[in-house]
Amino acid sequence: MSAPDHTPTMARTGIWQRLEPHLPLILVPLLAGLGLVAIPSPTSWLTLTVSGLAMGMMIFIMASGMTLVFGLMDVINFGHGAFISVGAFVGISILLALGSMTGTPSLWLNLAAVLLAILGAALATAALGLAFEKVIVEPVYGAHLKQILVTMGGLIIVEQLILVLWGPDEIFFTRPEALKGAVTFAGAAIEKYRLVAVGFGLALFLAMRWILRSTKIGLIVRAGVENGEMVEALGYRLRLVFVGVFVAGSALAGLGGVMWGLYQEVITAHMGADLMVLIFIVVIIGGLGSVEGCFIGALLVGLMQNYIAFLQPKLALISNIGLMVAILMWRPQGMMPVVKAK
Amino acid sequence: MLTRLLSGDGPRSLPLALILLAIFLCLALAPFLFPGTRSVDTAARICVFILLVASYDLTLGYAGIVSFAHTMFFGMGAYGVALASTHLGRGFDALVLGTLAGALAAAVFALLIGLFSLRVRAIFFAMITLAVASAVAVLVSQLSGLTGGEDGLNYQIPRALTAAQKYLDEPVLGVRINGKLLNYYLVFAASTALFLVLLRIVNSPFGRVLQAIRENDFRAEAIGYRVVYYRTIATCVSAVAAALAGSLYAIWLRYVGPDTTLSFEIMVDILLMVVIGGMGTMYGAVIGATLFILAQNYLQGLMGAAAAGLEGVPLLPGLLDPDRWLLWLGVLFVLSVYFFPTGIAGRLRGE
Repeated sequence: MSAPDHTPTMARTGIWQRLEPHLPLILVPLLAGLGLVAIPSPTSWLTLTVSGLAMGMMIFIMASGMTLVFGLMDVINFGHGAFISVGAFVGISILLALGSMTGTPSLWLNLAAVLLAILGAALATAALGLAFEKVIVEPVYGAHLKQILVTMGGLIIVEQLILVLWGPDEIFFTRPEALKGAVTFAGAAIEKYRLVAVGFGLALFLAMRWILRSTKIGLIVRAGVENGEMVEALGYRLRLVFVGVFVAGSALAGLGGVMWGLYQEVITAHMGADLMVLIFIVVIIGGLGSVEGCFIGALLVGLMQNYIAFLQPKLALISNIGLMVAILMWRPQGMMPVVKAK
Repeated sequence: MLTRLLSGDGPRSLPLALILLAIFLCLALAPFLFPGTRSVDTAARICVFILLVASYDLTLGYAGIVSFAHTMFFGMGAYGVALASTHLGRGFDALVLGTLAGALAAAVFALLIGLFSLRVRAIFFAMITLAVASAVAVLVSQLSGLTGGEDGLNYQIPRALTAAQKYLDEPVLGVRINGKLLNYYLVFAASTALFLVLLRIVNSPFGRVLQAIRENDFRAEAIGYRVVYYRTIATCVSAVAAALAGSLYAIWLRYVGPDTTLSFEIMVDILLMVVIGGMGTMYGAVIGATLFILAQNYLQGLMGAAAAGLEGVPLLPGLLDPDRWLLWLGVLFVLSVYFFPTGIAGRLRGE
């Protein structure tokens, strides 16, 4: 056997071909730029952009778990909203109990109280997620129709249990002293809490990216999303990884719930179900299973919602549907699809 | 004759047949058997919801598509009648025109959503319908100039359908023969007729293809049926039937508002009715809707009594509070998806 005569030509892929998959990255600055053109005063643009980014970060935190769960096990969890509500109720109850720490204007005491609340909420929703996975989701693997129905039922039950435990009324409260008020930057008033939310969300995104890209467990998760059977054939128990991801995703949802509650300064039992609408839009336009896509999608939705609410208040929610339609026309599988169509 | 009317898809089980017959007779004679505004109102509600739930079963049970926009279609029919009656004035032409416009709007919306999301992946459909339906609900409550916002719309229907119109001077069997009674029978007859039409559709070759797609869409496609086409048509038919149910509801109530037609709570109710009654059989819709609405009206009283009886025990009175009835139906819902996915109707048929 001799080597073939011809020498293979190694053509470099064109620059456009290599850039094309990363195209969605420029959408966020593009939308912000469009906002700057459409909104008459730059100071209100700055305020709106920061609040849009803050909202996007919080939605990302809540949506990331859901997209990974779908990517890994093809499980669609309509009950994800329940974790958001439970997280908010547990976290805010802890904050209210720590009244002595939140009432003083000391930044460190306040942050410690918020951190404790977030930790408590994340632990509570992680435990709930574990139970939810065992009782509700496990028996219906592989059947989408049943998954949707059963997780929806789980959402109803958890929502009603919140009403039993915390009473039927919505809870109003104020943020800790140090997080109240706004700072002025370049003439624009920016609420302190929104800055904290942006920083916190960004840190979480980077941490999640690091875990997924640079650790062994992240490698297994990414490989599992891409081709689960192969990973199992190599001897990893994907089932356990999935439970871990589900629990982590639930904890993130609970954490996002506390942050959302602090943002709105009111919590209701159906807040999670209401937020699910935005989360679905984000997960769909991001591409099911993609954390990066989910991040970009969440920022787009947050910015869009804030800009449109300023320009045309009545169209705020419709605008997100419009965004989703536009993106699906462009890329029917979402911006950065990971999971092959099953 | 009867087999033909039921499209050859009879109850196929004696207990089921008896229950259905009892429900049919009770509804047909409701104004005479249970006189009183509240019980007739409940009966009319049951009629409308049987139709609504049956139309939902066409997509969920037969085609295997989960939609969360069914209340949106229901609302389109209801708002069609309401807007036509408000702007065109009182009259049958307004009712007919509003009904047709609502049904048309529902069909167009269903076609758009279906073409858009079913083409990509069936699971998108559930998420996209949820998003679109909630956006429409928000829009309706915000455009208060047109739709009356949260307060909804009150309007007048033709005098021939209201209690003010008397047809006989003497009451028959203690029941006044007036326009309200006629209105009830309009709702009853229209619901029954449309239910039979739906039964006809699911037992047609078209319905068989839908079931094939539900069982194995890949194989159905391989045999040569265009899955997207069939799923989209099924969604449109179901949307039109839901809009017609909405129109009937609007004619009966003489009021529409976001809470009675568009809210997510109603969507959850429909889901519970279909699953508890039985997916994939039209008769499941009859049983589910009847049971659920009776429970909604009368279970709460029972739970209140139980909660009062358990006063002093920790947590239990909270769990049995009349407002928490949805909790128990939610548990029942999850259990029925696991243990008897064919619902009550399927169980009675021995499936």
